[in-house]
Amino acid sequence: MTALPAFAPAYPEIFMALAALGLLMLGVFRKNDSMTLVTWLSILVMAVTAVLAIQGTDSAVTFNKLFVVNGFTVFAKVLTLLGAGLTLLLINAWAEGEKFARFELPLLVLFSVLGMMLMISANDLIALYLGVELQSLSLYVLAAFHRDNQRATEAGVKYFVLGALASGLLLYGSSLVYGFAGTTTFEGLAMAVKSGPNSIGVTIGIVFVITGLAFKVSAVPFHMWTPDVYEGAPTPITAFFSVAPKIAGLCLFLRVLVGPFAGMIEQWQQVIIAIAVLSMTWGAIAAIAQKSIKRLMAYSSIGHVGYALIGLVVGNEEGARGLLFYLLVYLFMSVGTFAVIMSMRVKGKYVEEIGDLAGLSRNNPGMAMALAVLMFSMAGIPPMAGFLGKFYIFVAAVNAGFVALAVVGLLASVVGAFYYLRLIKIMYFDEPAAAMDPPGLTTGIIMAVSSALMLVFFIVPAPLVSRAEAAARALFLG
Amino acid sequence: MGAGSMIVASLAFYLFSIMAVVGALNVIFQRNPVHSVLWLIFTFFNAAALFVLLGAEFVAMILVVVYVGAVAVLFLFVVMMLDINVVVLREGFLKYLPIGALTGIILLVELAVVYGGWTMAPQAKALRVVPTPDPGQVTNTEALGRVMYTDYAYLFQVSGLILLVAMIGAIVLTLRRRPGVRKQKISDQVHRDSKDTVTLVQVQSGKGLS
Repeated sequence: MTALPAFAPAYPEIFMALAALGLLMLGVFRKNDSMTLVTWLSILVMAVTAVLAIQGTDSAVTFNKLFVVNGFTVFAKVLTLLGAGLTLLLINAWAEGEKFARFELPLLVLFSVLGMMLMISANDLIALYLGVELQSLSLYVLAAFHRDNQRATEAGVKYFVLGALASGLLLYGSSLVYGFAGTTTFEGLAMAVKSGPNSIGVTIGIVFVITGLAFKVSAVPFHMWTPDVYEGAPTPITAFFSVAPKIAGLCLFLRVLVGPFAGMIEQWQQVIIAIAVLSMTWGAIAAIAQKSIKRLMAYSSIGHVGYALIGLVVGNEEGARGLLFYLLVYLFMSVGTFAVIMSMRVKGKYVEEIGDLAGLSRNNPGMAMALAVLMFSMAGIPPMAGFLGKFYIFVAAVNAGFVALAVVGLLASVVGAFYYLRLIKIMYFDEPAAAMDPPGLTTGIIMAVSSALMLVFFIVPAPLVSRAEAAARALFLG
Repeated sequence: MGAGSMIVASLAFYLFSIMAVVGALNVIFQRNPVHSVLWLIFTFFNAAALFVLLGAEFVAMILVVVYVGAVAVLFLFVVMMLDINVVVLREGFLKYLPIGALTGIILLVELAVVYGGWTMAPQAKALRVVPTPDPGQVTNTEALGRVMYTDYAYLFQVSGLILLVAMIGAIVLTLRRRPGVRKQKISDQVHRDSKDTVTLVQVQSGKGLS
């Protein structure tokens, strides 16, 4: 007889899964009017899950070594939950005015967050794949949620087909790695990779795994789906796409590469350098020509993934610290910006063109101020937190000897600054377009708080940096 | 295993693999999509037979039950319901042939390189989490069952969640509540009571109701 595995390390996930099932029942039996109730309860569930994660076991491996908990996973999970919770608030604020508000929307968000938590905690290639699938499957449905809208359906189908292809590549790579090592657990892989002879099979396997993961975080050259999906999906769902899956995906990326594949750092470093450079430059250049602000944000997020990947290239504690801090800053920048985009309404109708922002400073100075702060932060201009995020990443790269990479990053952020600053110029110096409606209460609070946080993070970064540092240390301890 | 049964086994192997390849080619080259699906089912059966030859009877049965029984029949439904014109689908064939062929060749070369230079980690044998049990002692099904619901119960549960999400997604994206559709509600019909619906009316002659 096998003994029961220890459940305690997985209490947050178990609670979340059970709560999601309970909310599903609630939604089904209450029929039509349950969207708001289920959304608020989902936010509550996420909050409780975060508390459980923080209070939970410090460091443990359970379920036959398939599931791991340590300081790093807790940090990553709390970040993911924070991002998802904030975007769920946005979704709630938006859904009230829409006729297709359905209770499945918060539930799918909940299930995808569960998938993200499982993939952050994955300690085995099979567990990793299942977490990724649970996450992506929910995201495909979310992209197509506005099913009567042609663009949303197109976004959903495109995301689904390309996502399935990426999952296939991930699986193919995993099978090659398994064929080399004879095991799928991360500990076993680490041992096999460290001392094993340099086999072509395992190198190609790792490249395929990287490809699959790079697709999930939309790094160039696997980013083709991003602008279309971002543009097609409803705005608050786009906000969710740009925050939670990115954070979870990058944390998973970090865990996989510095954990089981640490022994082959020379092989994967080159691949990640290429991906990072391409993402940074293409994210900056392609964004210049965009007219839709959602497409612009898509390219902006591609660029941010590129910067974050520099932290991965470095592959040491300092790099991991930089990456985690960057993700934290990125979370609030993104959520704040999307709160502004969601508030871009003229007489109750949503507008998405950059030109619609013209003269916003005169019609709605508060909103213009918030967006200006966020854009300065995105561009990485000093009195904002975005600067610190980039700073820690570049310092880590320079300290590890990747000076050229840091220079490319700096140049890319100069190019990127052009389109961020252009938005500010349009808001403050162009002739006013049609006046926008004042933002709703929740969205207003979210945009005010996140732009204020940009300054707060810059003035007192120490507590956050030390948290990120502790998480990074936990990652390298095992 | 004696020499005679070895020959029978190799003969069976070649028979089934040739048929599988022929079936697979026919899937692609048939003009009628329904015929393609039928050839696909044929290929599945041959693959199942190959699995039986390998001693993997569980996978063989799953292949027949799941792929032939469910997936292929579903394909058949889809193909029959959607009016797919293969000639139209093939229009871009020559245009996409070069890039398709290039991708195929690259993949083939990669496979050759990988399998040509295949090495296993020296610890691979020791690292195996679940060593393959002796097929003489336990059946495939039992061996799988022993680990699936114990060591890998976590993965089993997560797969269940994935299927649940797939179900929710399918319902969200397809279910439409149209107003004005008359549906049979059996519970309402059963709960109908004569007391609520039948009234006894005393009608006086020459006055009528109202």
